[in-house]
Amino acid sequence: MEDFAQPIVNGILLGGLYAIIAIGMSTMFGIVKLVNLAHGDLMILGSFLSLSLGTWMGIGPLWTLLLVVPIMYFVGFFVQGFLLNRVLGKEMEPPLLVAFGVSIILQNLLLMIYTPDARSLMTDLAVKTIPITSYLNIPVIYLLDALIGVAVITILYLLFQRTYLGRAIRAASDDEVAARLMGVNTRNIYAKAMGIAMMSAGVAGVLVGMTFTFYPHTGPQYLIIAFGVVVIGGLGSMKGTLAGGLILALSQLLGAQIFGPGYQLFCGYVVLLIVLAVRPQGIFGTV
Amino acid sequence: MVDILAVNLLTKTFGRLRAVDSLTFEVREGEILGVMGPNGAGKTTLFNLLTGVYKPDEGDIQYQGKDISHESPAKRCRRGIGRTYQIPRPFDKLTVFENLLVGAVHGGGLSEKRARGKVQDILNLIGLMSKTDHFAGSLPLLDRKTLELGRALATQPTLILLDEIAGGLTEKEATKVLGIVRKISEQGITIVWIEHLLMMMAEGADRLLAISEGRWLQCGDPKEVMNSTEVLDGYLGAEEE
Repeated sequence: MEDFAQPIVNGILLGGLYAIIAIGMSTMFGIVKLVNLAHGDLMILGSFLSLSLGTWMGIGPLWTLLLVVPIMYFVGFFVQGFLLNRVLGKEMEPPLLVAFGVSIILQNLLLMIYTPDARSLMTDLAVKTIPITSYLNIPVIYLLDALIGVAVITILYLLFQRTYLGRAIRAASDDEVAARLMGVNTRNIYAKAMGIAMMSAGVAGVLVGMTFTFYPHTGPQYLIIAFGVVVIGGLGSMKGTLAGGLILALSQLLGAQIFGPGYQLFCGYVVLLIVLAVRPQGIFGTV
Repeated sequence: MVDILAVNLLTKTFGRLRAVDSLTFEVREGEILGVMGPNGAGKTTLFNLLTGVYKPDEGDIQYQGKDISHESPAKRCRRGIGRTYQIPRPFDKLTVFENLLVGAVHGGGLSEKRARGKVQDILNLIGLMSKTDHFAGSLPLLDRKTLELGRALATQPTLILLDEIAGGLTEKEATKVLGIVRKISEQGITIVWIEHLLMMMAEGADRLLAISEGRWLQCGDPKEVMNSTEVLDGYLGAEEE
């Protein structure tokens, strides 16, 4: 039991980070039925924004959230409003290709500006732990990731359920034509929804940057994690995203504990395949 | 009475099919104009053109004296054109109250407080007060039909387009819907109403427009239109075939 306590705690906490990484992608699929292939790169853009702002203003990564989050809203609004909206409703491929193009442009832009060097958002929290027993410590940065992750998902849930914008987003995702006939400017609503999704990606980017090292080309790595989370939990479901994050992180860390560190990713994908075989729509998915 | 809507030589083609063919008519303010025609006559296409779901190939649509032919559906809704569907399309994952609220806020342009008050009034009118918190997807057909009416009303329309609102209902249910339509008309809202049940057209409409194969056949007093030779040949004849 002693051997498994640490990976279980780490897995649960890391699950919160995985969930916030995936929530923006899951949300946009639920609303626009769009698989945003640029999600990981947009999230990493948040990490680099935090890096630049922190260096320029001399503030810690968590303080940079005050600027990163609104900037990411406008980035998301622009990407959806001026690029993806133009190809919506024209089969599945054009939005996928546009998102893929955004991904490539972002990676190369970041590479040009920041060079391929490894970066991280420096914080004292990264090395602090809370000792529980002689064999169990809680890494503070993981705890922070999980708490912020759950808080962001809760805020998103409340926003979608309780606000007029949230109702309009749900109406537009339910039946776009009917929503337009009810006076809803669906394209503007989609752009705002992407803006909100990118706000969450911005938070995820800062947390990832504080927890791990990142590079201009790290985005696809997190896109795959986001895919894993939403496939396990169910695309478009917030509860599912949280559950998917927990299951993926736990299976990775427990797998690494049982079979060795080299099997960490492998075990995550095995669980993913099992879920796909048993429940293809994901645990909380309906489609 | 002044014309609230004027349709001039409106044409819509799908490939080689002229679904609406040089159609011209006007709708007078405050009236109920029935639209009749056999299946495939172009009635629903006409509604899709009036609401902006389709763009016309030729012709124009004047609403309150303004050309709206190329405006978006959302803008036309905010101008005051509401619409119901033959097969109801409420937002299934939203409650009855939320369905109406979306229309009142976005289509009607009302503030939160006024929208909530307006929604309460509409719920009373359509008889869904007891189902305020029910998800629309769980409602039976009659309630979905009345919710369609309510959603159109929530957008604060001056003109409502009803697409077979009584279709699929029993006689008793259809009578209830007719009652609601009359109450809406009494509020001074103009109605254009597609209906296959000719008795409802005879009872409910002030004037009747008959179309066939997208073209104008007759327009005028409902009983006269129903008994005209053109309509009997073009509509009832087609039904018998």
